[in-house]
Amino acid sequence: MSVQEIEKTATLEHTGDGHHHGDGILGEQFETLEQQNNAYLIGMWAFIVQEVLFFGAIFTSYAIYRYKYVLEFTLAHHELNVWFGSLNTFVLLLSSYTMARAVRAAMQNRHKKQAIYLFLTFLLAGEFMLNKYFEYGAKFEHHLFPGGDYSAHEVVKHAKEKGELRIVEENGREFYELGKTRDGQFIAFKRVTPEEFEQRTRLFFGFYFIMTGLHGLHVLVGMIVIAILIGRAWIDHLKNKPIADYMPVEMTGLYWHLVDIVWIFLFPLLYLIGR
Amino acid sequence: MATATYTGTEKPNYLNWKTSVASWLFTYDHKRLGILYLISISIFFFIGALAAMFIRLELMTPKGDLLTSDVYNKMFTTHGVIMIFLFLIPSIPAVFGNFLLPLMIGARDVAFPRLNLLSWYFFITGGILVLIALFRGGIDTGWTFYTPYSSSFAKGEVSLAIVGIFLAGFSSIFTGINFLVTIHKMRAPGMTWFRLPLFVWAMYATSLLQVLGTPVVAITLLLVAVERTFRIGIFDPNLGGDPILFQHLFWFYSHPAVYIMILPAMGVISEVISAFSKRRVFGYHFVAFSSLAIAIIGFLVWGHHMFSTGQSIYAGIVFSFLTWLVAVPSAIKIFNWMATIWKGRVHWDTPMLYALGFMGLFVIGGLTGLHLAAMATNVHLTDTYFVVAHFHYVMVGGAIMGYLAALHFWWPKMTGRMYPEGWGKLAAMLVFVGFNLTFFPQFILGYMGMPRRYHSYPEEWAVLNVLSTAGSSVLGFGYLLPVIYLTWSLKYGKVVTERNPWGARGLEWELVDPVPDPHNFERTPIVTRPAYDYAHPEEPTGFIPKPRPVVVGGKDG
Amino acid sequence: MAGHSESHVHPVSLYTRTLWWLLALLVLTVAAGYIPNVPNWLGVVIALTIAVWKATIVIMNFMHVRFSGKLAWLFAGAGFFWLLIMLAFAFADYVSRPWEPFHGWPE
Repeated sequence: MSVQEIEKTATLEHTGDGHHHGDGILGEQFETLEQQNNAYLIGMWAFIVQEVLFFGAIFTSYAIYRYKYVLEFTLAHHELNVWFGSLNTFVLLLSSYTMARAVRAAMQNRHKKQAIYLFLTFLLAGEFMLNKYFEYGAKFEHHLFPGGDYSAHEVVKHAKEKGELRIVEENGREFYELGKTRDGQFIAFKRVTPEEFEQRTRLFFGFYFIMTGLHGLHVLVGMIVIAILIGRAWIDHLKNKPIADYMPVEMTGLYWHLVDIVWIFLFPLLYLIGR
Repeated sequence: MATATYTGTEKPNYLNWKTSVASWLFTYDHKRLGILYLISISIFFFIGALAAMFIRLELMTPKGDLLTSDVYNKMFTTHGVIMIFLFLIPSIPAVFGNFLLPLMIGARDVAFPRLNLLSWYFFITGGILVLIALFRGGIDTGWTFYTPYSSSFAKGEVSLAIVGIFLAGFSSIFTGINFLVTIHKMRAPGMTWFRLPLFVWAMYATSLLQVLGTPVVAITLLLVAVERTFRIGIFDPNLGGDPILFQHLFWFYSHPAVYIMILPAMGVISEVISAFSKRRVFGYHFVAFSSLAIAIIGFLVWGHHMFSTGQSIYAGIVFSFLTWLVAVPSAIKIFNWMATIWKGRVHWDTPMLYALGFMGLFVIGGLTGLHLAAMATNVHLTDTYFVVAHFHYVMVGGAIMGYLAALHFWWPKMTGRMYPEGWGKLAAMLVFVGFNLTFFPQFILGYMGMPRRYHSYPEEWAVLNVLSTAGSSVLGFGYLLPVIYLTWSLKYGKVVTERNPWGARGLEWELVDPVPDPHNFERTPIVTRPAYDYAHPEEPTGFIPKPRPVVVGGKDG
Repeated sequence: MAGHSESHVHPVSLYTRTLWWLLALLVLTVAAGYIPNVPNWLGVVIALTIAVWKATIVIMNFMHVRFSGKLAWLFAGAGFFWLLIMLAFAFADYVSRPWEPFHGWPE
């Protein structure tokens, strides 16, 4: 590229958006609004990449333990309520949709619409957290939280009812046989001691609470940010602001979709497989 | 921002245009943040060095007579945690990456200056929490926090230290994000990828490592803290867990972490060697791509820390093979640097002395890594002083020498003062001699079987240990000297009046004032020449400053 | 470097179509969980395939990666690829442990 050509393109870049410096939208370090927006998008994506690795490490741990203790984990996960989980998935998918509509409204500078869609997202997120509250409550009641008073009692009871667990006694010691009942016949795949069974199911619930808890924390943080955005959008609407910076909404949108994607993987891996 | 409190007669620069404490602690300026990091990590370095001093003092005698084994464990844990998380990982990226990156690419600042300030806040908070944990009784788990000891048995402030490291980790992640976006989006017109200084390539590769690796250690340490609180059993074999899983997750980050520590130093060496040989870096493309190769392959080798801890030998074979592979791009760099110096006009200034020291010591460190990469010899050498010597050769003989080279090379640009060259050379030689005296005997000790992390040892190894301790005092003195003469130079050093005292190439030398303006460039540069254009005389024909647009009512000062 | 910003507005149908697909896949994924006599590994494969499909359409359409430059694709891809590396190499250890002459971990 010759010097003259470079000068020419540089000139073209410099005309146009200069006034945005005055709007307070364009940062000093940027030449054009397009450069700034691109930078923010790429920066947000880099943040999302690190979130993928953050959750990914604990998914990896869960995957490894599930591989080793597949029978115990499968029995334990029957305690999870599929309908609550499905409802939560539905709510979160819907909230992703309302979030995307909010971003679209922000790009169009239609602040009232933007605020409404953001508010819907907030409500759906709140409903998700409410469901979580009930789910967790039920777990605590049944002593399934892996704290001091954990008991595998519920798991054993339900597994026996489904014909997937049988208690046997040998030499005065009790063992659990894990397997399947086919045509009235119990086929044992594995034998464990009650202590081992309790430890391994406890591990499952440990992962359940850590993974959904971490995810819930991210939902909460998202809700706080969305609440701030609702406020700003409403103020922009009241002030009739012709052009507002839509990037914060877009970036929050990316974050929110990531939170949704994490749940998209959490739901089947924790609630569904092995039914 | 235009209302400066500056009232002097010289041209205002980023140091003197505002002088209140608030203007420093709330700054968005990448240059000031670099200086803030410089001060912070220097303080952490000396605390970590103090711990090292206690280790070497104890090891001067075979009996464990200076410190009990519990206190000794706390000493090497303190040394490791501070030196790695609070000194080496931030060092070159946070100080020189911050200071130089925008200057080198022709930008006014990084992409996200406020995130940059937040990074530093996270770092300081995390560092303070770690210090509090260490002084409230300390931790004795080793910097590696191996489970189930750290998760189930260790007493002490493990969880607090973990929170501190977690925060410091996020400082690292934010810096990585900032640099990635800055390099992609903020380059001046004409600054194509292959005209970038190799330091920028190194910083790019480092940032990839920071963003992809750090979150994994963050969640892993968090799990340890959760384990300590709830005893879930994730890493405790008594509760059905696998301690090796911790090691997989820990080393998934911590191995790339060592490349976070060495790649920036390698970037510095490219700059220093070319500047002091007055030649372009030989094989630019090879050196640039080797940085990326090291970053990528570096993510595939973590199992070589686990050959003898219970990992399957089949996985071990894969990790061993890939570890041998990762040595190749590093070797490529060494060969290219040697070719750069060959037939150059070498100037033996302090930065060059450190760079040459780096090359020799890094080669030794890297080659001894191969002894450890081969599973058969690893069984004998692992957890001995051989490993300790190996990683100190690469991290101290390599990374810290690179850091000191950078400190001296860019000192005039950062401060407007020149350090006393005689003292600089003396310190460099003391560091080199002291370092080898400290750590070379440790290769022999390790080969003979002396285990690491023990506060006592059999009589027959006393001589080598005494040599090592003697070397460490020389090394310590060598580190102390720059603190003194660099600080001295701030007030009494020769004032630098020219932009390019070294006659180097690069935007930070050719277009930036002797001490940079707060906004770096008066006008946006346009780049037309290749990097390291030493073949042609230094004159700014290739850099045509373009007038910045006149902004009406802008908030720009 | 590619990566022009998302500066033009997409039709609402893009988002509503995506939502319908996501809800349909949700029904599918729950139903698939209840098919009897499916070996465990196949159940995992089906669940993960549907999840990846859902995640992909969220990434492409809601997160606009379909319309973004190469850099966004690269970053999005890199994150998941790196996760794959962690999973693959860690699993390589656990899967191959029983092949060894002496078992480390009880079944």
